Amino acid sequence: MSTMLRINRDKCGYCGTCVAVCPEDALELIDAYLSLERECIACGICARACPLGALEVVHEE
Amino acid sequence: MKNNYDMLVIGGGPAGALAAKTAAEAGNSVCIIEKRPAIGTPVRCAEGVGKELLKQFIKPDPRWISAEIERARLIAPNGTTVSLEQDKAGNEVGYVLDRKIFDRELVWQAAEAGADVIVKTRATAPIMENGAVRGAKVLSVGTPAEIRADVVLAADGTEAQFARWAGLDTTVPLREMMSCAQYLLTDIDIDAGSTDFYLGNDIAPEGYLWVFPKGERTANVGIGISGRKSRDGARAKDYLDRFVAKNFPGGKTIECIAGGVPVCRPLPCTVADGLMVIGDAARVVDPLTGGGIGNAMFTGRLAARVASGCISTGNCSKEALMPYDTEWRASRMGAFLERNYKVKEYFITLDDAKLNTLADSIANISLKEFSVSALIRELIKRNPKMLFELKALKDALA
Ligand SMILES: Cc1cc2nc3c(=O)[nH]c(=O)nc-3n(C[C@H](O)[C@H](O)[C@H](O)COP(=O)(O)OP(=O)(O)OC[C@H]3O[C@@H](n4cnc5c(N)ncnc54)[C@H](O)[C@@H]3O)c2cc1C
Repeated sequence: MSTMLRINRDKCGYCGTCVAVCPEDALELIDAYLSLERECIACGICARACPLGALEVVHEE
Repeated sequence: MKNNYDMLVIGGGPAGALAAKTAAEAGNSVCIIEKRPAIGTPVRCAEGVGKELLKQFIKPDPRWISAEIERARLIAPNGTTVSLEQDKAGNEVGYVLDRKIFDRELVWQAAEAGADVIVKTRATAPIMENGAVRGAKVLSVGTPAEIRADVVLAADGTEAQFARWAGLDTTVPLREMMSCAQYLLTDIDIDAGSTDFYLGNDIAPEGYLWVFPKGERTANVGIGISGRKSRDGARAKDYLDRFVAKNFPGGKTIECIAGGVPVCRPLPCTVADGLMVIGDAARVVDPLTGGGIGNAMFTGRLAARVASGCISTGNCSKEALMPYDTEWRASRMGAFLERNYKVKEYFITLDDAKLNTLADSIANISLKEFSVSALIRELIKRNPKMLFELKALKDALA
């Protein structure tokens, strides 16, 4: 089983709040969309901070 | 695209614009790069600013002022309203800006002073040589390029990745990130001369909810809550939707924005070899109010002044740039940041009952001065029974 971050681009307000709290500097705001650019440790801090609930740590088989 | 400048500015917000204007006026070649396709949009701001603060940087112009503010009201959880009136206080209150136009005006002025401006161009990495920043790798409308400069100013706002890539830790702790959402609502009943702040743990945990007028029946209605209080079903947007449904049920939403305001202490050091960090990227937002427009312009202008001297002597080392860091810390802004950080840390510990007690104690005051320190002095004076509790506040003022 692996954990990963799922970005819901329809919910995302591309505000960058998640970028600033990411301990791994994994996220990046590219113009009008958010992108996972570097390795994510699925800590979920960004998902907590998101004002709109656009981020989710999901567990996959 | 030119690929060599005296100064490269990453980010076209108020910090970057003031820096570029100041440096260009001093005769330097300057370039601002902005990753968005347009300066000033989307707006991530409630747009409130103090009149006196603003006037230090630019002459007020009706083209980018949405509303003039005469009073501020603090609304406690029990509904007690503390009204701070401009008429009673000696000083002026503020404006609500139209930042789409305001930010453009600032960049326009930088361009007029001679700075180059390039939009849809994102810094992707610093150019590092022997541990020093020498420019930036960029993607300009999808095409990679390198722009070299004697000094780079990181004015990239909340995200603050450029300084991070250059080795400064800009990460904001979750509890010190205000998670924000805001609607521009129209067709609502408001007091068009008042900025309203709603407090309380059910309204906005460890933050506040604001109604900032943008006209007779239009306002920025937004909220910031601490990141540690934010979770599914209890996010900034959830709190905001609840408030709007209750207070402005007929309101029409013409804009919906999200945003993050760092309310941590400033970066421990805002310079490195070939690099200066300004505005939100330096974490110089007022931690109590979340206001950062004025401080962004202040640090931008100061950094450019210091940098101009360093560029002309050919030395942009960390040591040479250090007077910028020392000066803003020693300034009024630096002192206010430290004081308001302590005041904020105290206020977030208060439960609703204590917030009500404090608000009730000052419900009928008329302050002679419109300021955080005047308000706190009044709170201390009127709550002798809470003297022990309020010690943290008293210490913050000292
Ligand atoms: C919801 C909310 C409400 C607020 N309300 C108020 C208020 O009422 N009053 C007040 O004074 N302050 C307020 N603030 C804070 C205020 O908006 C900021 O302090 C201010 O915008 C900081 O200016 P800046 O120039 O440092 O950064 P910004 O204005 O954020 O500008 C940074 C710029 O850098 C660009 N950028 C980022 N990364 C890169 C890159 N890699 N390459 C190129 N460009 C890049 C961004 O696109 C952005 O345009 C609020 C903030 C929020 C989120």
